[in-house]
Amino acid sequence: MTKGVDVDLENVWIRFGDFVAVREANVNIKGGEFFSFLGPSGCGKTTILRSVSGFLEPSEGTVRIGGRDMTGIGPNKRPTALIFQNLALFPLMKIWENITFSMEVKGASKAERRKRADELLEMIALPDQGEKLPSELSGGQKQRVAIARALCAEPDVLLLDEPLSALDLKLRQHMRTELREIQQRVGITFIYITHDQGEALTMSDNVAVMRAGVVDQIGSGHTVYNDPATPFVASFVGENNVFRGKVKSIDGDMALISTNRTGELLARIATTAQGTLKVGDPAMLFVRPEALNIAPDITPAPNRFAAMVKHEEFEGQIYNVFLEGSEGKEIKMSLVNIGTERQSAEGMNLTLEYVPEQAVVLPAGELASE
Amino acid sequence: MKVAQLFRDYFAKNGIGLGSFLLVAVLFWVVILIVLPQLSMLDFSFRHHLPPPEMGGPKDTYTIEHYKYLVLGAPGADTTYNVVDLGVFGRTLLAALFVTILDLVLCYPLAYYLGQSRGGGAIRILVLLLIIPYWINEILRAFAFRIIFGESGLINEMMLAMGLISDPVDFIRANVALYAGLGYAYILLMIFPIYNVIESLDRNQIEAARDMGAPWWRIHWRVVIPYAKPGISSGCTMVFMLSAGALAAPQILGGPSSLWFTQIIYQWFNTGGNWPRGAAFAIVLLVTCIIIVLSMMRLFKVKIGDIGK
Repeated sequence: MTKGVDVDLENVWIRFGDFVAVREANVNIKGGEFFSFLGPSGCGKTTILRSVSGFLEPSEGTVRIGGRDMTGIGPNKRPTALIFQNLALFPLMKIWENITFSMEVKGASKAERRKRADELLEMIALPDQGEKLPSELSGGQKQRVAIARALCAEPDVLLLDEPLSALDLKLRQHMRTELREIQQRVGITFIYITHDQGEALTMSDNVAVMRAGVVDQIGSGHTVYNDPATPFVASFVGENNVFRGKVKSIDGDMALISTNRTGELLARIATTAQGTLKVGDPAMLFVRPEALNIAPDITPAPNRFAAMVKHEEFEGQIYNVFLEGSEGKEIKMSLVNIGTERQSAEGMNLTLEYVPEQAVVLPAGELASE
Repeated sequence: MKVAQLFRDYFAKNGIGLGSFLLVAVLFWVVILIVLPQLSMLDFSFRHHLPPPEMGGPKDTYTIEHYKYLVLGAPGADTTYNVVDLGVFGRTLLAALFVTILDLVLCYPLAYYLGQSRGGGAIRILVLLLIIPYWINEILRAFAFRIIFGESGLINEMMLAMGLISDPVDFIRANVALYAGLGYAYILLMIFPIYNVIESLDRNQIEAARDMGAPWWRIHWRVVIPYAKPGISSGCTMVFMLSAGALAAPQILGGPSSLWFTQIIYQWFNTGGNWPRGAAFAIVLLVTCIIIVLSMMRLFKVKIGDIGK
């Protein structure tokens, strides 16, 4: 199969009348990479996908696929294949006809198409289903047929628009693994659109986090989760407890924040803010629920604060403790279930602590709305 | 008993009041307004043409003379077959078919456009523009067409003024006015069923086909038309049936040489006063139309249940 090619967005702006859907996007997606655009609905991620597939022309800037400028090239002429959110299988065509529609367009003979359909059906583990209609298949099976149909066109780039969102949880998790496997087998570039950070983090080599038309951060799932570039990324990718305040002092890459109501807290300055964040700047400090723990004693320290237990949720491998701190906002702590008795109870006052290197300081900014 | 259970479920679902109203209304409509009159027409068509006093008398027996007349003509005529009436019959069906195809060709792109451009004020205005002419009654509309297509009508005047023609064209004689009038009369009946179906067509399917490299005509051939088939066939059925059964438009807009089969039927009923013969002719037209529609549906693989969709 064809090797994946690079996809580049250079200074791409997309406007609909006065509304700016995508603002100055600069993204370099390497050939053969599994790349995700992650963001809440309406952030412009689907718009970007449509500009790569050719259904939309950027108002400004260039989309390049394999180094070739795609301006003025329609979706039927681009080396991309798109998998739609609702899959868009043709309901009145048999499965094998669906899969090989791109060959039919090119004028391939029926025998050729049958043969290719059988190969692809084999690949997606649905042999002998070729004669059925899409309505006779289950959700997961349709999903695979849509993938086979897109791969049949032998695209250089496969575009996926939240294709798993209609599936139930178990199937979704299964399909994640399967998609990743297929991508590694065929080796082409996958561009994946999702609002589900779990999907983006598990499957992707790199993730672009988008907010209101702006690409906030591009990086590996690890980077995006542990070293967010903006408060939006910190609050959108995974869960985070946020403390607002001002920078009191800076020591190397660590900063002491005097928070509005929780006293002074210490944390690592995010990579992007290092060097630019100054003493006195308004800042936000983020601590992940899993980074929090119950302190062994109540001695005050710049990585400790007090909170009262409100309620708990037991999830099996972890239990989530929701606490009321002095910030007014609910604080969430996730404790690994190690099989011992619970250490907290409702109404109990606790002192929580965290490893300062696991908390992140960023210049104050917009958070992801819940 | 299955039927009893069916009724019990039906009444349990709809209640006694609404349930009986629906049942009575539908039965009244189907039996009293459709089946019985047609049956009485069928009965008429097999009777002799008798003066009223002899009706029900010994001479009032069943006969197939009227059907025979349509096929063979009057006894002792110089031709073996009733060339005139059969000719008109055939021409009427062909013309109705032509009107149907004309409407389909005109309406499919329009319905597609309407169906695919979601909502929007412009679309509503367009639909309104399509509907408003139907506030005017059929006869007036037909006469308006006569005026437009007349020798000194709008079209001729315009073409003369633009220098396209040197003499006025007789659109009425050439039946252009008739086809235009009939085609126009049933445009809505073609547009709306197709529009209805296409509106529910998932836009992504068109984009998916485009994404896979299909040119526009293949998208229509493989994706849109198969999907719109129930709408297309119900539109075609209505236009065909109504064109073949039209009376006013052919009367007003038809050229001097063109006679519509319905006009012959009308003559037998009205001026001829020969109801049995009119009934026989009408039954033949009805049955033939039904056969044509059913065989077309078979040809294009449309199930009768799909039409109601």
